Amino acid sequence: MKTVMDEKKVVKAPRSEEQIKEKDSVYSIQNFNLWYGKDQALKDIKFEIPEKQVTAIIGPSGCGKSTFIKALNRMVEMVPIVKMSGDINYRGKNIFENKYKVEDLRTKVGMVFQKPNPFPKSIYENVVYGPKIHGIKNKKVLDEIVEKSLKGAALWEEVKDRLSENAYGLSGGQQQRLCIARCLAIEPDVILMDEPTSALDPISTLKVEELVQELKKDFSIIIVTHNMQQAARISDKTAFFLNGEVVEFSDTNQLFSNPTDKRTEDYITGRFG
Amino acid sequence: MQLVDQAKVKSKMQTRLAQNKILKGIFFGATMLALVVLVILLYRIFTQGIGYLNLEFFQNFASRFPEKAGIKAAFFGTLWMMAVIAPVALTIGVGTAIYLEEYAKKNKFTTFIQINISNLAGVPSIVFGLLGLTVFVRMLEMGRSVLAGGLTMSLLILPIIVVAAQEAVRSVPKELREASYAMGATKWQTIKKVVLPAAIPGILTGGILALSRAIGETAPLLMIGALTFVAYLPENFLSGFTVMPIQIFNWTSRPQTEFHDVAAAGIIVLLAMLLIMNSIAVLIRNKFSKRL
Repeated sequence: MKTVMDEKKVVKAPRSEEQIKEKDSVYSIQNFNLWYGKDQALKDIKFEIPEKQVTAIIGPSGCGKSTFIKALNRMVEMVPIVKMSGDINYRGKNIFENKYKVEDLRTKVGMVFQKPNPFPKSIYENVVYGPKIHGIKNKKVLDEIVEKSLKGAALWEEVKDRLSENAYGLSGGQQQRLCIARCLAIEPDVILMDEPTSALDPISTLKVEELVQELKKDFSIIIVTHNMQQAARISDKTAFFLNGEVVEFSDTNQLFSNPTDKRTEDYITGRFG
Repeated sequence: MQLVDQAKVKSKMQTRLAQNKILKGIFFGATMLALVVLVILLYRIFTQGIGYLNLEFFQNFASRFPEKAGIKAAFFGTLWMMAVIAPVALTIGVGTAIYLEEYAKKNKFTTFIQINISNLAGVPSIVFGLLGLTVFVRMLEMGRSVLAGGLTMSLLILPIIVVAAQEAVRSVPKELREASYAMGATKWQTIKKVVLPAAIPGILTGGILALSRAIGETAPLLMIGALTFVAYLPENFLSGFTVMPIQIFNWTSRPQTEFHDVAAAGIIVLLAMLLIMNSIAVLIRNKFSKRL
């Protein structure tokens, strides 16, 4: 899996020891708080995100689920008024430490956004964007990456004859899968998905959901969704967020069939939100 | 009970429609006035100048005799000056815009810079001429050269380029930047590979329009003392020079009426050049706005 990148020495993470120590968790979040100016958006978040599983984050609008997932790759820092406290450990290292470079973190933690956001370039150029910024120039290697990533995103068969066409010519669902392929191209460890199907039609949504099931064999996936059925269908673990707090975090089956908290039960039975 | 009195609605209807018609007429008149003025101006210039506009007009230098007077020195002087302005103003202008939009934190200092850039755009051009005379011609001892003139003009159009480039950079969708950052790209990689390619049509359009303003300006160059009677081409960036608007100004201030016709011919050349540049700007804008 990692051969292409390792050859070029792009993945610098010295994580052999931590990997053994915390084999089953990619993220460990401890007492994490986040404020937008004076408004506290996340309160005392505390849980562990397992490796090579799908972790769904559900909750009503404005509960902080998007903010949370954007904190995991520090994209939330693009909002200038953000303040944070507490730790988010990725593979045993606190990502907010000074010496932890955000470029390094985002090389290992890819992200797929709510709205498909391909670059106004060819399909090929979209996929090789990541590898190229990390210094891979060999045309043969890039070609292989494109094929592998597009196959990984279940898009290869649809676009293999028109790789040089502009990505804007693809349908919305294809664009989103292209964004997933673009994310796979840097061979990340974790993939964050922020409501990846909310702008897609039901058929495209189904394709992306099937893809997520496929991808969890190789990647740890964290997906924010406002669609509870989706969370129930595709995730192994589910965290229920409400007003910036984690109300409940457990196995998806457990959470949906037998929630321990009254508020979780009210939400999943559709009494609010 | 009916709250709306139908009779009143009916009686008002005529007045409302008439009012609409009258205002349409006024606005149409305003547009026509501008157009008519332009047409008269063009007509006068063309009938006056067309007789002098031939190949020799481009091949001859300035002369005491109207029939031998040509625009060669001024035409090439303008080109030389553009060769200074374009790289200087674009590099500094785009650099400033990128710094302000992408790197600088929004604080009091950057707000202060921003306000002053807008203020600079409103400073009369003769003031820039004074600055050029003091700094470039005297302090840096460039003399009355192409370089001094070009640098002065660069300063003059810098605020316009900065504002245009800022708008172009700002209009690049946030989602594209996010996509790049989320893959571990640095700020510069994102700017180079995502922001600039998307912003370049806007930057070029603004740049060309600013450049065409620079080649039409006269006052700053009169201030730094560009020559008015030149019978040679600039040899390097430190040569003396003249440009088209100054040559035209010189011709119109001569007592012989023939020279006024020569000036009209010069104006035609200058207008044609401006028109071509503006058309290129429009073409670039249309070509790229279709693609996205």
